[in-house]
Amino acid sequence: MQVETTCLPNDSISATSSNMSNQINHNELCQWLTAVANQRDKQAFTHLFHFFAPKIQRIAKSKVNTDAQASEVVQETLGNVWRKAHLFDGNKGAVTTWVYTIMRNVTFDMLRKVKSNKEDTLSDDIWPIAEAGNIQESDFTDHLANEQLRAVIEALPDNQQQVIKAYYFMEMSQDQLAVHLNLPLGTIKSRLRLAIGKLKAQLGESHD
Amino acid sequence: MIKHHPKFELLQSFVNGELPASLSAGIAIHADMCSVCQDKIAQLTEQLSYASFEEVYLDIFIVEEADTLHNADDDNFEQAIAAITESSNIDIIEPKIEKAITFKDQVYTLPSVLNNMVLGKTANIGKLARARIQLDENEIHSSLLHIEPGGSVPEHTHNGFELTVLIAGTFSDEAGKYEAGDFIMLDKQHQHHPISEQGCLCFTVANDSLHFTQGINKLLNPIGAFIY
Repeated sequence: MQVETTCLPNDSISATSSNMSNQINHNELCQWLTAVANQRDKQAFTHLFHFFAPKIQRIAKSKVNTDAQASEVVQETLGNVWRKAHLFDGNKGAVTTWVYTIMRNVTFDMLRKVKSNKEDTLSDDIWPIAEAGNIQESDFTDHLANEQLRAVIEALPDNQQQVIKAYYFMEMSQDQLAVHLNLPLGTIKSRLRLAIGKLKAQLGESHD
Repeated sequence: MIKHHPKFELLQSFVNGELPASLSAGIAIHADMCSVCQDKIAQLTEQLSYASFEEVYLDIFIVEEADTLHNADDDNFEQAIAAITESSNIDIIEPKIEKAITFKDQVYTLPSVLNNMVLGKTANIGKLARARIQLDENEIHSSLLHIEPGGSVPEHTHNGFELTVLIAGTFSDEAGKYEAGDFIMLDKQHQHHPISEQGCLCFTVANDSLHFTQGINKLLNPIGAFIY
């Protein structure tokens, strides 16, 4: 898979869990974040803030006790985005994934402060930032056959890629997949069957 | 080779940030040594992040009216943005430091996730040594447990769960032999008697139902309270 800019094209981010994915313009988010990193671009940051703040507020509200704490999660998460933008690597994953990890870490430390009255910030040790979202490299273990398999898998339609990756590489069961993707079990089974059929055809040919 | 891994649901909660610091640390120690779980965690992080931001996205369309935040005046946003962008400082990530810990003249590299956790004094009984990790998680206790060569933990069960992540060395119990990186989660159905011929260092997490059984436990098995 070739990546020409530091921002991945939208369609390469395919392990999404619903068909609403094309409503998020990943490429635009990535350009904004890159502008924040390289130019300290406040306008780009304002765009990011408007995109993420309401969503983070909502997610945080379901995890922390008060609206004030939820707002603190928003402010702290986006503050981190501003200060850590240079650490983001567009070749390693989507902006949404990166922001998610920051939000998760901020929330974790805050809840710990509330519950255990501890002022420690352990989240960065538990989820080291360098490891966040290194999905592109680590999808498969590294050797030639896998490169070929990866190419063939990535030629599949998105919804088939998604089940194949989850089923074989993450070892999720068909039942878990159905729950996770909110799809009927039959759909999962038929997508897997279709995908495996195509893989067999592809790999069979090149092995002759 | 690592044979024992956290189950899927546990990884999912880990990625979601829902587990206590103790269990999160256990998974982080394991994942540091296990590329299979590292990959799963990366993939789950990606999926969960899309799921959260997309679902929220969807939500906004459905309940826009009821959403107070959506009506929040742009003034608030602008103030918040101004407060953040006021300083153009960036965060510098310091290179990972390696800390060492010594048990009975044996030096081990501390798993980096424990770097900023406070360790209590080491207590010794026979060939066992334990340093409590002070996470203050109520009934959940985390420790580093060191077993000298030939040492063993008397047969025991637990009222709650007992997690052992093998950091270095090997040990075995009725179910088999464990190696560095193994993530062993047991509950009250399991009874075991770990023996370490060559010695080992473990990270352990257990929750005890202190209220009802600790007294009896202590009477029958004083070492139980010492270890977990």
